[in-house]
Amino acid sequence: MTDTYVPPSPLDTHRIRELVTPEGVDLQLRLADAGERAGAFLIDAAVIVGVLIGATIALALIAVVVRAPFMPQAMVVVWLLGFFLLRNFYFIGFELSGRAATPGKRMIGLRVASRNGGPLTADAIFARNALREIEVYLPMSFILANAGGLGGWMVTAGLVWSGVFALFPLFNRDRLRAGDLAAGTWVVRAPKRRLGIELARRAEAEAPFAFTAAQIGAYGEAELQVLEDVLRSNNSRVVADVAMRIRRKIEWTSTPGERDGAFLDAYYAALRGRLETGMLFGRRRRDKHDRPV
Amino acid sequence: MRDTLRSQRFRQAREDQWRTLDRLLDRAERGSVSNLTDAQLLSIPVLYRATLSSLSVARATSLDRNLTAYLEALCTRAYFFVYGPRTTLLERIGGFFVTDWPRTAQRLWRETLISFALMLMGAAIAYVLTLHDPGWYSAFIPANLAGGRTPEATTAALRVVLYSQDNKGWLAPFAAFLFTHNAQIAILAFALGFAFCLPTGVLMTTNGCALGAIFALYVSHGLGFQMGGWLLIHGVTELWAVTLSGAAGFRIGWRFAFPGEAQRLTAVAEAGREGAMLMFGVIVMLSIAGLLEGLGRQLITSDWARYAIAGFSAVAWGVYLYAPRPGARREGAQ
Repeated sequence: MTDTYVPPSPLDTHRIRELVTPEGVDLQLRLADAGERAGAFLIDAAVIVGVLIGATIALALIAVVVRAPFMPQAMVVVWLLGFFLLRNFYFIGFELSGRAATPGKRMIGLRVASRNGGPLTADAIFARNALREIEVYLPMSFILANAGGLGGWMVTAGLVWSGVFALFPLFNRDRLRAGDLAAGTWVVRAPKRRLGIELARRAEAEAPFAFTAAQIGAYGEAELQVLEDVLRSNNSRVVADVAMRIRRKIEWTSTPGERDGAFLDAYYAALRGRLETGMLFGRRRRDKHDRPV
Repeated sequence: MRDTLRSQRFRQAREDQWRTLDRLLDRAERGSVSNLTDAQLLSIPVLYRATLSSLSVARATSLDRNLTAYLEALCTRAYFFVYGPRTTLLERIGGFFVTDWPRTAQRLWRETLISFALMLMGAAIAYVLTLHDPGWYSAFIPANLAGGRTPEATTAALRVVLYSQDNKGWLAPFAAFLFTHNAQIAILAFALGFAFCLPTGVLMTTNGCALGAIFALYVSHGLGFQMGGWLLIHGVTELWAVTLSGAAGFRIGWRFAFPGEAQRLTAVAEAGREGAMLMFGVIVMLSIAGLLEGLGRQLITSDWARYAIAGFSAVAWGVYLYAPRPGARREGAQ
């Protein structure tokens, strides 16, 4: 998940937040969306429940197998404290670590960060996770109260009330939980990315293609990025299809034995070279409809 | 053969630096910083700044989106590491007990008083009502919690509860249960403060009501003094902790509703962190209270010894949390 290259989609721009480092560079953090947050939480919840079930069975087995007089009591103490720690300190413990993320968040590629860009402190982590009490456990206790025989209207009112806390992230721009609000934190995407190969270098190994200035000038940055994605995904059918379209567009007459991949590599390098030279002179060409550089 | 692209040469010249930083961060994030030598640790900020400048250059000169995305992710990781918390866990724990906890408790004195007043009010009302009409008792204490301690119980039966030494083998589980149960309620009281204080207030008052009702029951059987010892031996610590958790909750709700000069979001975040600081202390107090209740109260059956422990813990917590500290004023002014 963290290794594959996921190009940022243009739809994401409303979730980009400015984080200017003391060195004066804007890191452009991307906030996690509701789906990613929910996914991470479900993974963590599954881990917690799994550990709880496993540990309970293990402790029961130990208490039965080891026939010491104090064994049942000791296991009950371990279970009680373990349950308490798991429920309250699973999130806190993992978020205190260097990655500032629970296993669920790590898998999705998220981390907790302080909204003001400062260091993430232990009290902030406690606050954001203590509020889970009203976001998760309170609605849950109302659902269980229904089974316990509390009146239907009471339960409904309780669910609506506590549901406000649970669904808080859906009602604000920054996708803040009640806990994030109370702790001054937010959850951002911080995936580990792998540096792909230099595509322009691949073209150097090939036989030279002589493109005319007009042929190189057929496209802009948006098309270059699509081409980059195609080359990196390395799907031979897509490569063939795209190569055919570009050849038709720039009216390229192929030499016999010319490979689609080699053609695209060469065209990518030529197009990037042209657009980057334009960039140096302050001229950008957003897409093929834009003014040529 | 075509010319090598400018952005390609740029990448070739700096790629090693990026990969070194990437590797160092991997190791630092996987375990603790102790995985790294001093030289490696010192090189991270240098590499971070170099990579950050690479990012600026890449954004301005390169159209390789994979490269820019990689540098952005790497710089973000390094930023969080370089500007993250600089203290070790041990230093943080030390700082918490020496300064942070008492100072937060002092700063939240108003909320603490309100929280305590609500509990006291609940206790007083329930006490007076139950004393006049025992029928009120069941309104304050649910039947499943009463455990036979009902207005119909005999004096002898009520006395047994106070000095019972049954189930000695189960003292440790009992203490653990009390601690986890109380700590969960305290965390709930804190979290409920977010809903503009009201639910926390209700929780504090009902908690006081239960105390007042059960106390009235024992007083009506002439066991008031004994009951006081049974309650206070751990109650001083436990009720103090619960009061503080209520105070932490009130702080959030109050600042949420009335942020004053500050921006609302900033005010809430600040109050939440202050409250959380206090809550760490509350959990410490409740673990001590759990031991006093689960072990101390079952083993110590002399009324005077119980009162002595109650008095000692009251003085100890009072001095620890509220005594003025040398240097506190100067640091507070910073």
